[in-house]
Amino acid sequence: MTNTLHRFGPKEDFQDDYILFAMCTRGKNDEGAPEKLRRFLEICAAHHPVNMGDGREGGIHRPSRDLNPTVHWRRADDGSYRKVIEGVTEPTTVAAVFDNLQSLEACLKEVKAADLGLSINIAAVTDDANECSLKAGIRRHAVEYSLGFLGDTSLLPEANTMSLSTMCGHGMVSHAFAQKMIDWVKTGRRSPKECARYMSRFCVCGIFNSLRAERLLARASGVRG
Amino acid sequence: MGAIAINPVSKRSEIDRDECVECYQCYRGMSQEHLNPTLVRAMRTALSWFRMRFEPEPDVCPTAAFEPEDLIWPRNVRRAFSDVTATHESTGIHGRGTEEVKTNDVTGRVKPGQAGFVVEFGRPSVGVRFRDIERMTRALAAARAAFEHNNPVTHLMVDRDTGALNPEILDEKVLSAIVEFVVPVERVEEMLDVIEDVAPRLKTVVAVGVGAVCDEEGRSPVEPILARRGYPIIRGKTNLGLGRATNRVPTPQREEVGVAS
Repeated sequence: MTNTLHRFGPKEDFQDDYILFAMCTRGKNDEGAPEKLRRFLEICAAHHPVNMGDGREGGIHRPSRDLNPTVHWRRADDGSYRKVIEGVTEPTTVAAVFDNLQSLEACLKEVKAADLGLSINIAAVTDDANECSLKAGIRRHAVEYSLGFLGDTSLLPEANTMSLSTMCGHGMVSHAFAQKMIDWVKTGRRSPKECARYMSRFCVCGIFNSLRAERLLARASGVRG
Repeated sequence: MGAIAINPVSKRSEIDRDECVECYQCYRGMSQEHLNPTLVRAMRTALSWFRMRFEPEPDVCPTAAFEPEDLIWPRNVRRAFSDVTATHESTGIHGRGTEEVKTNDVTGRVKPGQAGFVVEFGRPSVGVRFRDIERMTRALAAARAAFEHNNPVTHLMVDRDTGALNPEILDEKVLSAIVEFVVPVERVEEMLDVIEDVAPRLKTVVAVGVGAVCDEEGRSPVEPILARRGYPIIRGKTNLGLGRATNRVPTPQREEVGVAS
């Protein structure tokens, strides 16, 4: 799957969006992979990512199966890096989302030094990713470019909604829900932070950038984030 | 998908089974409260008499109303392609595609001088029926595209030489599906011609990715081609080449690890 590839927006809209992820290949480097993946996430956590997740268990913020009606007024912020790290018990894809290039670069240097043997990728503006990897002493192996969307694009919503919904590349944040969140912020029903958190819970891999979402929601709604 | 809506006659939420892609987000993605449905309906009805409406948390299902159901062929392909956490029982492949260039440092799937195409139908969040996917796979097959073996859509082809898909699934709708193939870099423009020709005739959207191994200077051979054709070469995935085979006894690769990458 290409869940991090096709985020929508102009280049300048990705200055707070850098995804670093690690994965293994069955039969090649999956022995002891859970431990290495947890180590990767521990290194990432030390650099304070916006979100972090594994492809099987989810991101920092997850849905709950056992809420009570008080959550409509007071909802606990129960997300933690530790929960994500401890949840990795089998080979999967793990990711961390950073909101600045400096943190990514520092994290990358540590990941390289750890020599985990896992495939490590950056999903971001490719020039930024290349510059960052060179600073970390890494020459990139391969690049996959997003060519954008073809076909009947009249089926797509307007740009602000697209920028939000495409942050879950699996399509788990629907266009209608993203549009609803913009409307809710616009009409003062919820804050950008609350709406970003709602959307983040639907992203199964933890690659939804809730900080970028807050910024986009505030901008789309004409309010301060 | 807009598959769930309130029936104006029964005043109950209903699922349009033809539009539903079985992504299971209503069941898995929503938090739950397990309140009594009769009580919830009574409160909502009473509020509506006064033209009032409770505005709950939008990601909470108060009555835990959704239940997964066992799906049978051919409907189970919907879940295989739409539910991020599902394994491909219908295709025999784990995950929704291969790992493209993301594990290429270990697998060597795309070799220097080659380009790997990832053509994803229905993304973002529009959905696609296999009938539309087949229009593209037939055109790509006619252009001699060699489809990736370890890809779920390839496994649903009844004839890989023609790109024909199993006719039993053509009307099934999924959230998205990926077709992958590798061609020599010299054929990138030819493949783009095919995709650009077919895509506008589909009743969905198509997200396209093209990857290649970089040279000693870190340059991608497809970048100048894409730039010449006017594609945005802004964002993408960069494989840093830090992966390697570390298993004590490496086994031949038959399929990729990964559920949601």
